[in-house]
Amino acid sequence: MSVFKHLAVKPWERKGVIGGLKPEGAFDSPAERVALNFFLVIASVVFSLFTVSYFIRMELPDWQPLSEPAQLWFNTALLILSSVFFQWAHNLSNSEQPRNLMTAFVGGGVFAILFIAGQLMTWESLQAGGYYLTSNPANAFYYLMTGVHAAHLLGGLWVWSKCSIRMLSGAEAKDVRLSIELCTLYWHFLLVVWLVLFAVLANT
Amino acid sequence: MAYVPLADQDKEMEMHHPHSWVEQYVFSQDHKVIAIQYGSIAVFTGLVGLTLSLLFRMQLGFPESVDFVDPNFYYQAVTQHGMIMVVYFLTALFLGGFGNYMIPLMCGARDMVFPFMNMLSVWTFLISVIILMASFFVGGGPTGAGWTLYPPQTAMAGTPGHDMGIILMLVSLAVFIIATTMGGLNYAVTVLQYRCRGLTMMRLPLTVWGIFVATILALFAFPALLVAAIMMLFDTLLGTSFFMPAVIESGAPLDHNGGSPLLFQHLFWFFGHPEVYIVALPAFGLVSDVLSTHARKNIFGYRMMVWAIVAIGGLSFIVWAHHMYVSGMHPYFGFFFATTTLIIAVPTAMKVYNWVLTLWEGDIRLNAPMYFAIGFIFTFIHGGLTGLFLGNVVIDLPLSDTYFVIAHFHMVMGVSPILVLFAAIYHWFPLMSGKMFHEGMAKLHFWLTFLGAYAIYLPMHYLGFLGVPRRYYVLGETDFIPMSAQDLNAAITIAAIFVAAAQILFFVNIIWSLKNGKKAEKNPWGSASLEWQAPDLPPKHGNWGEDLPTVYRWAYDYSVPGAHEDFIPQNTPESVEPTAQEDHFDPDKDQSKADI
Repeated sequence: MSVFKHLAVKPWERKGVIGGLKPEGAFDSPAERVALNFFLVIASVVFSLFTVSYFIRMELPDWQPLSEPAQLWFNTALLILSSVFFQWAHNLSNSEQPRNLMTAFVGGGVFAILFIAGQLMTWESLQAGGYYLTSNPANAFYYLMTGVHAAHLLGGLWVWSKCSIRMLSGAEAKDVRLSIELCTLYWHFLLVVWLVLFAVLANT
Repeated sequence: MAYVPLADQDKEMEMHHPHSWVEQYVFSQDHKVIAIQYGSIAVFTGLVGLTLSLLFRMQLGFPESVDFVDPNFYYQAVTQHGMIMVVYFLTALFLGGFGNYMIPLMCGARDMVFPFMNMLSVWTFLISVIILMASFFVGGGPTGAGWTLYPPQTAMAGTPGHDMGIILMLVSLAVFIIATTMGGLNYAVTVLQYRCRGLTMMRLPLTVWGIFVATILALFAFPALLVAAIMMLFDTLLGTSFFMPAVIESGAPLDHNGGSPLLFQHLFWFFGHPEVYIVALPAFGLVSDVLSTHARKNIFGYRMMVWAIVAIGGLSFIVWAHHMYVSGMHPYFGFFFATTTLIIAVPTAMKVYNWVLTLWEGDIRLNAPMYFAIGFIFTFIHGGLTGLFLGNVVIDLPLSDTYFVIAHFHMVMGVSPILVLFAAIYHWFPLMSGKMFHEGMAKLHFWLTFLGAYAIYLPMHYLGFLGVPRRYYVLGETDFIPMSAQDLNAAITIAAIFVAAAQILFFVNIIWSLKNGKKAEKNPWGSASLEWQAPDLPPKHGNWGEDLPTVYRWAYDYSVPGAHEDFIPQNTPESVEPTAQEDHFDPDKDQSKADI
């Protein structure tokens, strides 16, 4: 509602400083968090378009459903653990004297790395089973969508590694609080994306 | 982390101060330097696109008059001209160039939110241009599949550049999208979070609104092109069949099977139509500010202008399939897209009415930027009206793939935005360089460009009605196209060469003025918006000296009755406004600052 109210004001009638110190209409949030939220929408658009393409392509006659490897359930558990660890780190970072913060944060990243390794193993097992990239569009979509998801995780791991290095070199909890919060948000987002992708890929 | 208002961060804000010449001018994090870099790369790329157009125009006007323009080169030139002009020239120049220069200055900020990412953006853009240009030098040359890159044509042996050319094109686009996303995040977040004290969204100049909404369109539309490019790269490089159907080439079947070329078209145009508005909305914003300043009158219907920008931005995502009426879609589907397409004409027409009404009874100063801005209103109306023809399915079907389409989109998103670009460059040249340009040369440049553009594109509408198809290397003899069509084509080519040559005037003017131009006084047009109120001309690194500005009013207080002058800058407090006894500006007696 307030957006409409903002858009309805008559700027030629209002003079003076409006909104005090803060420019009216700015989010009550650091710029980094706003930027990340924008990025999450962009990434959602990318994954949605892949998903739509998947369903359109599925309708065509040459589609042969792929039975997803059972290992994906194990990988999913790894990614959930990763998210849980990040959430733990986020909760700890809000306390004054956080203990185990390093364990929680680094642990989250390690589980994400294990998830990616697990995804690579599913690729290898599919290859070994003769499900090549080019043999069917269902296979191609599997490799493509899991690959793009893993690439997003790798991007997150790059930020995670930078933040970990800062923590290792003695940065205090308050200095890395925002980084931890944004990593946590990003990891939760990628977990949700993965759950949707998993459901979509399984739906053949 | 609690939000700290920007105004309070003033003293602590970390500025990246350059330590060397390289940091100041090459790997600079200053938004103004980055803007110039973005603009220069875009203009260079645009000149390549212009040269290509002259080469294929020579072929169309005077067939086989240029030795190396064979059918392959012709298709490559047409394709690269389209892609370069739409993506690498206009998008980059409006968002990367003007977005970078204007947003922090008009928002009263010291720089973009993420200056380092901003620098990465321009260098990534340069890499994408280098990859694109590299395709001219690889075996087979650049792709010649048409700028829409429709499969399966892109990958067929008969299409020039079907091997390396198309791969480099797709990789270059992907890199460009990364650059745009990094830049776009900066522009959007800066507008939202880094406005100075008192600057509400509804006090922003329309330039910022146009660039802001176009940025959001770019952020959400380019992913569709990215997805399409990635899947097509898979098809081309790895042999998948996302888009590639079963094709028999020279009697032998290709390795692809069952893909959907139509899926590519949907993805492409889901990006492609918002792309039109990614180019148009910044142009709408810039031209609004130029018109208002030189008409010495507030923009008519400011709120409606903002609403129209937002509405056009939203609607642009649900009209894409009007580019695909001939793809064999379901008639109801076509009906839906024709309806949304015609609805988008409503906010667009509102904007045109408001520009005209801004001029109505304005105290118009016919300075060179104003020539271009008024010229834009003409070309945009003409381009927009032919859009009504093409938006209707039954009229589009016979006109599809004819010169009528070429004429329409060149008027609406070629000539019109470029006239705005010239208006904007001339208008803000004093701000960017501290020098005035040569007024006479600029006006001559306008007349040659404006009349020349009509000489090129008006006859093309007629060729389209005759049924002359686009993308043909030679017309040959047909029953329905008279031989005189060829004469018209020759005339168009001559006009195109004249218009291209006229652009030399622009470059001479810029270079001459940079060296010998009259020193610009502060705020030479008497503009009310914030960018002209910076303490230095051109603004120094950090833009605002010691203290950030505070904004007390909107950006269009022109010819306010009772004011000292015929404009009141945005950072002028109410207390400075004169009382009844004091001297105030009399338009009949006093000289406006905008008189140069």
